[in-house]
Amino acid sequence: MRLTLNGADVDVDAHPMKRLLDVLREECGLTGTKEGCGEGECGACTVLVDNVPVCACLVPWAHAEGKTVTTIEGLADAHPLQQAFMDEVGAQCGICTPGMILAAIALGPNPSLEQIKTGLTGNLCRCTGYEAIYRAIQSVNGGRSDASSRKRSRTA
Amino acid sequence: MNAVGTNVQRKDGIGKATGRVKYADDLVMPGMLHGRTIRTTIPSGRITNIRYDFDTTGFTICDHRDIPGRNIVSLIVDDQPCLVERDVRHAAEPVVLLAHESRDALLAANVGIDYESATPVFDPTKSDTILKELLIEKGNLEKGFANADVIVEGVYRTGHQEHVYIETNGVIAVPEKNGIAVYGSIQCPFYVDRALRVLLGPDRYVRVVQTETGGGFGGKEEYPSMLACHATLLALKSGRPVKIVYDRVEDMLATTKRHPSIVRHRTGLKKDGRITAMDVDVVIDGGAYVTLSPVVLSRGCIHAAGPYRCANTKIRGRAMFTNTPPNGAFRGFGAPQTQFAMEVHMERIAETLGVDPVKLRERNALRAGDLTATGQKLRGDCSALHVLKDAVKRSGYRRKSNKYKGTNRGIGLALFYHGSGFTGSGELKLASRAAVECTERGVRLLVSSTEIGQGTRTMHAQIVADAMGIPYEQVEVAPIDTSVVPDSGPTVASRTCMVVGKILERAAQELKEKLNGASPAEHFKRNGPLKVEKQHVPPEWLKWDEDRYRGDAYATYAWACDVAEVELDRDTFEVRPLRITAVQDIGKAIHPALATGQIEGGTGQGVGFALIEQVVMKNGAMANSQLTNYTIPTTLDTPVLDVVLLENPFPEGPFGAKGLGELPIDGPAPAIVNAIRSLGIDVREVPATPELLFSAIGSRLSAERHSDVLTYGAPVATPA
Repeated sequence: MRLTLNGADVDVDAHPMKRLLDVLREECGLTGTKEGCGEGECGACTVLVDNVPVCACLVPWAHAEGKTVTTIEGLADAHPLQQAFMDEVGAQCGICTPGMILAAIALGPNPSLEQIKTGLTGNLCRCTGYEAIYRAIQSVNGGRSDASSRKRSRTA
Repeated sequence: MNAVGTNVQRKDGIGKATGRVKYADDLVMPGMLHGRTIRTTIPSGRITNIRYDFDTTGFTICDHRDIPGRNIVSLIVDDQPCLVERDVRHAAEPVVLLAHESRDALLAANVGIDYESATPVFDPTKSDTILKELLIEKGNLEKGFANADVIVEGVYRTGHQEHVYIETNGVIAVPEKNGIAVYGSIQCPFYVDRALRVLLGPDRYVRVVQTETGGGFGGKEEYPSMLACHATLLALKSGRPVKIVYDRVEDMLATTKRHPSIVRHRTGLKKDGRITAMDVDVVIDGGAYVTLSPVVLSRGCIHAAGPYRCANTKIRGRAMFTNTPPNGAFRGFGAPQTQFAMEVHMERIAETLGVDPVKLRERNALRAGDLTATGQKLRGDCSALHVLKDAVKRSGYRRKSNKYKGTNRGIGLALFYHGSGFTGSGELKLASRAAVECTERGVRLLVSSTEIGQGTRTMHAQIVADAMGIPYEQVEVAPIDTSVVPDSGPTVASRTCMVVGKILERAAQELKEKLNGASPAEHFKRNGPLKVEKQHVPPEWLKWDEDRYRGDAYATYAWACDVAEVELDRDTFEVRPLRITAVQDIGKAIHPALATGQIEGGTGQGVGFALIEQVVMKNGAMANSQLTNYTIPTTLDTPVLDVVLLENPFPEGPFGAKGLGELPIDGPAPAIVNAIRSLGIDVREVPATPELLFSAIGSRLSAERHSDVLTYGAPVATPA
């Protein structure tokens, strides 16, 4: 069976009921997709299937046959959200970050704060209290995911 | 340009955002097996038989007889076995280890254990086995109560809390030389190193390497030692690398949680609100083994009188054994439990006396020159009044208190503090070491303090850069490998910046002197390696009497005030937190964005502790060991977090910094519960679930013989 993974056609030889998560991590060697709970609660394994965010731990990989799958590796380090998550400390321990970034991409351009909060409900972060994640996403909205926002001191 | 105080680029690089960084489960070693742990299913009794009901071909199987050294997981007291021999003290205790190439085969293997059951104890107040007891006394309690106009009493409870680091526990053990190398998700590499040496016996090679760690919060302080011992036994027996990564259910079932607590307060007061006597009784549930409970109890008790002055104080603490998995380190380490009790009690005192809750706290708050419960004289870095005033002003507490009257909204506050570093003489005994050395690119710092998301690498590099007077970009951080880095102590107790950062600062200053004006890279190229290693030196004035629990419990404290605003759904009794204003004095923010992240994240965890995180125990095991029914705050459960950093420097900290990591989790639970109390609901326990609120209202209504559920009166005061 074949799918389009991060822009390239790949053939995968695995049991069709194998979790997409395991196929990505084990068959394709793409370990950027993380397992947090294995039951679709935490969103750490979020990937985009035909641009829709799904929990790869809940999807038998056969469901992705013929579809376009994007993992964090597919962003090729080029997405402004990636630098923004580091600059704004939207990533602390980093384990939820790949899934969080892909879920954030699925929000589309310039989401409002309410849209961000609603859209990321399925992605748990235990480190940040989410505020820095909102800042990271909004900094890209405003097109200032660069040093100018990094220098902003929050010291009162 | 100074690095300290600015939001420099983090040393983590971009790897966490590209998925390239390798966590334990991302690593694959040649010939690697997967490991699995067979655990007890009863809370108390003894094992009579173990049955291997599967074809064992291709399996590596270990039990306690495979341990070459001692069958204990070394920590404070040598009571916890690595693998159960016969006696079972809690459910989910490890008994047998299996390894196989195929995870499917591993999961299909069926090991049966036969038991002789004994009667378990689950309620710490009914346990007759004391794990640790301590007493803090100051002044004359009887005299203090005799001078009181009013006495207010109360009992306050907190539940278990699960860490829910999003990366579960995981390690890989690899046979190396005549021993083992362990790679894993670890907070305290030298704890694991030590545990392995005890497990394997003398003269065996041991090396522990931290892989990128997906959150810890105290949850990866002690348990990784157990996990590393297990993987090591399988690796040595099979002669192959063995990976053990827990799934979420096993992680929640088997590993430590925050200690549940029951705290009784009896407080004597003058009519104007001055405290004349404080009698506090703290009970925590230690679980089945000692692990870290004695030190959790210690920190909990020292913080139990809150940031308040009182001449006559008695704090009695007990940690009790029960037949549940051991409770352990969790951010705050006893202080969130006891300060929850203190701050809700203060609110009840204000209600009872009819005094303003802010004024009550102002009147009693510790000031420079005051003595704490252990008799520690506070210095100029005490900021209790400052944070209180700032938080009240910034949050609009007074205006909103009036505005919310008669609505579904409530507002409450909590004033709290947190001691930085190990308690008492702990830092002296630890004698942590850290080093800096010249490289061909600049300077490399070497510590065993782990990056677990909080920013250790970055913050340490900033301190070294400024102490050396070199650009931040020229400082690199050595990967953590116990065969390479010095033991800078565990990454716990809000000590990594203040204590380890200070050692690094001194080492960097000395290296700078030795270089005598040359750049580190030049020196390296001309003269070869140059390294300076320093050891922690506690402040010379720090005095602590371990036997009497008197003296300087901590070198300094960080101070904070949280104001919480909540909204009550009067149909479902759900409480929605709307906003938390957190004003926190951390001495100096080395990296303001990272420091803010610590406070926001800790506050978020505190919101979960306050409202939704409920561990349901059934027959001594966590019954809701899944993220489906143990929920942590999502984006929609987390209120707006308004964080203000104050900087009242601790002169002996690096650039004035105090401890920061734990402080923020001490305040949200009492602030939120006090906000609920402002709605007239007498809650004294967390998590304050809808069921708890419903029963609080129900009992009040039946007491008042009132039938209209929708009418709430003034806050219920309970006079003594």
